[in-house]
Amino acid sequence: MSAAPNSGLMAESLKDAAVAAVLVAVLGFFFLALRTDIGTGGLDLTYRWGLWFAAIAIVFGVRLLLNLFIFKANKPVTSGMSVALPAGLLTVIGRFLGPFLLAVAAVLPFLLMYLFPSRDRQFIDLAILIMTYVMLGWGLNVVVGLAGLLDLGYVAFYAVGAYSFALLAQYLDIGFWTALPLAGLLAATWGVILGFPVLRLRGDYLAIVTLAFGEIIRVVLLNWYEFTGGPDGISGIPKPSFFGLEFERKGGFADFFGLDYDSIHRFIYLYYIILGLALITNFVTLRLRKLPIGRAWEALREDEIACRSLGINTTNTKLTAFSIGAMFAGFAGSFFATRQGFISPESFTFLESAIILAIVVLGGLGSQIGVVIASVVMIGGIEVLRNLGFLKEIFGPDFEPTQYRMLIFGLAMVLIMVWKPRGIISSRNPSAVYKERKKISSDMVAQGEGH
Amino acid sequence: METAMKTTSMQSWDDNVVLSVEHLTMRFGGLVAVNDLSFNVGRGDITALIGPNGAGKTTVFNCVTGFYKPTEGRIVMRHGKSFQSEKIEALTRTGRQFNDDGDDRVFLLERMPDFEISKRAKVARTFQNIRLFGGMTALENLLVAQHNPLMIASMMTVGGIFNLPGYKKARAEAIDFAAYWLEKTGLIERADDPAADLPYGDQRRLEIARAMCTRPHLLCLDEPAAGLNPRESTELNDLLQYIRKDHGTSILLIEHDMGVVMEISDHVIVLDYGQKISDGNASHVKNDPKVISAYLGVDEDEVAAVEESIDTQNGEGGQS
Amino acid sequence: MEYFLQQLINGLTLGSIYGLIAIGYTMVYGIIGMINFAHGDIFMVGSFIALATFLALVALGISALPLILFITLLVSMLFTSAWGWTVERLAYRPLRGSFRLAPLITAIGMSIVLQNFVQITQGARVKPLPPQIQGGVTLIEGVTENGTIAVQLSYMQMIIIATTLALMIGFSLLISKTSLGRSQRACEQDQKMAALLGVNVDRTISLTFVMGAALAAVAGFMFLLLYGVIDFYIGFLAGVKAFTAAVLGGIGSLPGAMLGGLLIGLIEVFWSGYFSVEYKDVAAFSILVIVLIFMPSGLLGKPEVEKV
Repeated sequence: MSAAPNSGLMAESLKDAAVAAVLVAVLGFFFLALRTDIGTGGLDLTYRWGLWFAAIAIVFGVRLLLNLFIFKANKPVTSGMSVALPAGLLTVIGRFLGPFLLAVAAVLPFLLMYLFPSRDRQFIDLAILIMTYVMLGWGLNVVVGLAGLLDLGYVAFYAVGAYSFALLAQYLDIGFWTALPLAGLLAATWGVILGFPVLRLRGDYLAIVTLAFGEIIRVVLLNWYEFTGGPDGISGIPKPSFFGLEFERKGGFADFFGLDYDSIHRFIYLYYIILGLALITNFVTLRLRKLPIGRAWEALREDEIACRSLGINTTNTKLTAFSIGAMFAGFAGSFFATRQGFISPESFTFLESAIILAIVVLGGLGSQIGVVIASVVMIGGIEVLRNLGFLKEIFGPDFEPTQYRMLIFGLAMVLIMVWKPRGIISSRNPSAVYKERKKISSDMVAQGEGH
Repeated sequence: METAMKTTSMQSWDDNVVLSVEHLTMRFGGLVAVNDLSFNVGRGDITALIGPNGAGKTTVFNCVTGFYKPTEGRIVMRHGKSFQSEKIEALTRTGRQFNDDGDDRVFLLERMPDFEISKRAKVARTFQNIRLFGGMTALENLLVAQHNPLMIASMMTVGGIFNLPGYKKARAEAIDFAAYWLEKTGLIERADDPAADLPYGDQRRLEIARAMCTRPHLLCLDEPAAGLNPRESTELNDLLQYIRKDHGTSILLIEHDMGVVMEISDHVIVLDYGQKISDGNASHVKNDPKVISAYLGVDEDEVAAVEESIDTQNGEGGQS
Repeated sequence: MEYFLQQLINGLTLGSIYGLIAIGYTMVYGIIGMINFAHGDIFMVGSFIALATFLALVALGISALPLILFITLLVSMLFTSAWGWTVERLAYRPLRGSFRLAPLITAIGMSIVLQNFVQITQGARVKPLPPQIQGGVTLIEGVTENGTIAVQLSYMQMIIIATTLALMIGFSLLISKTSLGRSQRACEQDQKMAALLGVNVDRTISLTFVMGAALAAVAGFMFLLLYGVIDFYIGFLAGVKAFTAAVLGGIGSLPGAMLGGLLIGLIEVFWSGYFSVEYKDVAAFSILVIVLIFMPSGLLGKPEVEKV
């Protein structure tokens, strides 16, 4: 390679990196270099020039390296990294990934107990959390992925489910297994009530109205003190029993089966409950996709006007998608309530809706496996940050890695979307086959309402 | 003599009417897109609606298929063979949307929501700018068109979830019916390909196949020959003839390609500025001085050619 | 009556702030048809920049309050614009022409990033700033059974309303008279065609974000002066309400955004004044729902005809 393009590359990269550094200097000045804190007699201003310069230097350096080796380089170093897997292997992976994940999920608690005997409780709890998001993602996938209805208030139905069970338990002394279907039914009813007036709105407007509904429900839960306990929430929500057996030290599950009492039994039991609920969600969704109703949802996502010209009642079709999605959220909500034992409106903020939506979109709209991958990456990824205590030794004792969780989560949302706007798994499986099953590339699949 | 025939003697399409448009007016704000338009579509006929760009043809279609609510006028769809004028008048007075007695049903389309028009009145349509479900396969497109009978067969999804035999059978039949139309439109080899992947001409035919899967009594085609090459145009003619002959489906079409119109139409209605300027069989319309002047006094084929090129540029040119 | 007048003044003041934020939503929606979810957080960033600038100027020993306020306004507009530009460049431009949900997700991601960035760098606790502009004019004094009640128009409120008015007028001139405004309207109509005719679409969109951010910064500064308390989370609620305002006024319409802002401000203040403070957000959200259901094109927007 001749020297001329190289020096040009260097100059260009330097210039670009300098621009980035100046930008960071400008953006960061009031946030990194200056800091306001409540002091004696008002706000104090502290100066942190070191931090500011460090940020500028890091951005300059990183950007320069990226420019030299990836962005502007003739032969980016990453070109060797993206090894194209042979198509045959991909199909094999695609075919066995689902069953493999299912098998792992089926034995996961015992796997964790075997692999991490000292931290099994924590990991099973994390698995429960991830599985809850998988279920929520699958539920929302019906609404957003299949029917193409952008719902930013999904957490409202999660809240309805959780509060239904909590209130039923509190006022009527109803147990988890009885309350579960009721909670799903109530959430679905709310889905119909909220959905009916708004489902004819175009995509973005629908999104913002569902967001508003989500917030209204949260604010009502927060302020209806006599009924919902307001910000104090509801505590003492009963745990699920195993065919009438409680997970207690005396006379419970362990005694009945002649086991030594161990609080981990309950964790494992909760894990299998949410696994079962999630699998039901998955099974029902996959079945519905192959039924006329599911096909109508997808057709609706593709072209609503064409649907109407074919005699499909689009309002009812949207409502079924909306309420079925809500029902799954209701189930997940009552599971959440029984798992936590305590709920308050704080658990049902817009951020929660955003996370679930992000899981669905990042996973690839309509893709069931995609939701699993995205949940593991996003939720599991966040939790990993909790365990980065060793960073304290590098950055000093004031460094608190957990506070960067949401910052990194947000950045990941942006980066993954820019990298793969269609999500991780972006092909569609046809719902009916004449001769030969072919995957449909997402470039052809429409995204729903409006555009 | 031609004019006299039009006004005095009854034409075949006035004897056995499947659709009648009566005093239809459609205004958008101050713009009058269609003004006091009346015409009949004969059962089993191929009826063409022609006219220069902006004449209001697509607006008429949108009124017939319920996408627009007409400002004034009545649109009657008849399933029964008789003229049924008394029944229609009685229905109009009641304020109901349709008259439900057996095979002799009549529908007042201007009162019905769009999806009911397809579902009950059995009027199917295609679109000027093709509206297929691009991410779904050709087969899936045709199954969506059979949504309503399949919903009933699946017992509103409940039976479908448990895969009851009744649904299984209905599903297999639906696939067979779809395959039949794929066969007829020459798309059977592409059954499992996404609709967006098909070439333009195939997409046009798939849209017709999809409309036929709703088992319509009246098929409304919005410029079915637009963008087709001569061979495809001929195939389209054959397909339309087949639909009309073997399925008894009446066809109402908007078309700019005068070759297609004159060759296959039993009945031609010419619109200009939202009004009917001529109504009769192909040879009548061809020689009507009003029609010739509406097309700028130029030979129709030339005008059509120019318009077609304009249309393909504007996409929705003929709309307003 | 006096109470009513006082609420009216308070409502107009608050409404001005919402209106300024709403313009950012409406412009971006008009030009690229997306809800810039991070715009509320840009407003929050603006208020933090204003706070730091204000304190820095005081620390530098400048004592003339009008000068401080003026410099703070300019600095926060300038620096917040940089944030607006960056958000567009990083999160939206790479996805232009891509599928519709993607920029919405990056917008939500950006909103999370901004909130947490500010929380980490500036701390999670609220930042109180004592009232800087005191006093006002007593318009009416009335006597009720509880004693006298006065309708006050504070200098603070005057400044807010006057600044908003001035900005609105300047802004309308900018959009209607300059070539930038013309390119903006051209891009709204048809981006491809505008590009073919030599309009720099990317630049125009960037400038739209910059202008929106500058106005949001003004709103942030006003909010800081009016309430004297800010934290990293103020962007969300203010953003949703301002978006409501934009929709209420007719999204895409600048006068509509201002009008919608004023109405939302009034509704919120009157609701709190006469019904219940706790449910004031519910009132705003309900208005949003009702407007969208019954008149989705808003008060001053153009109705949309469904193309078949």
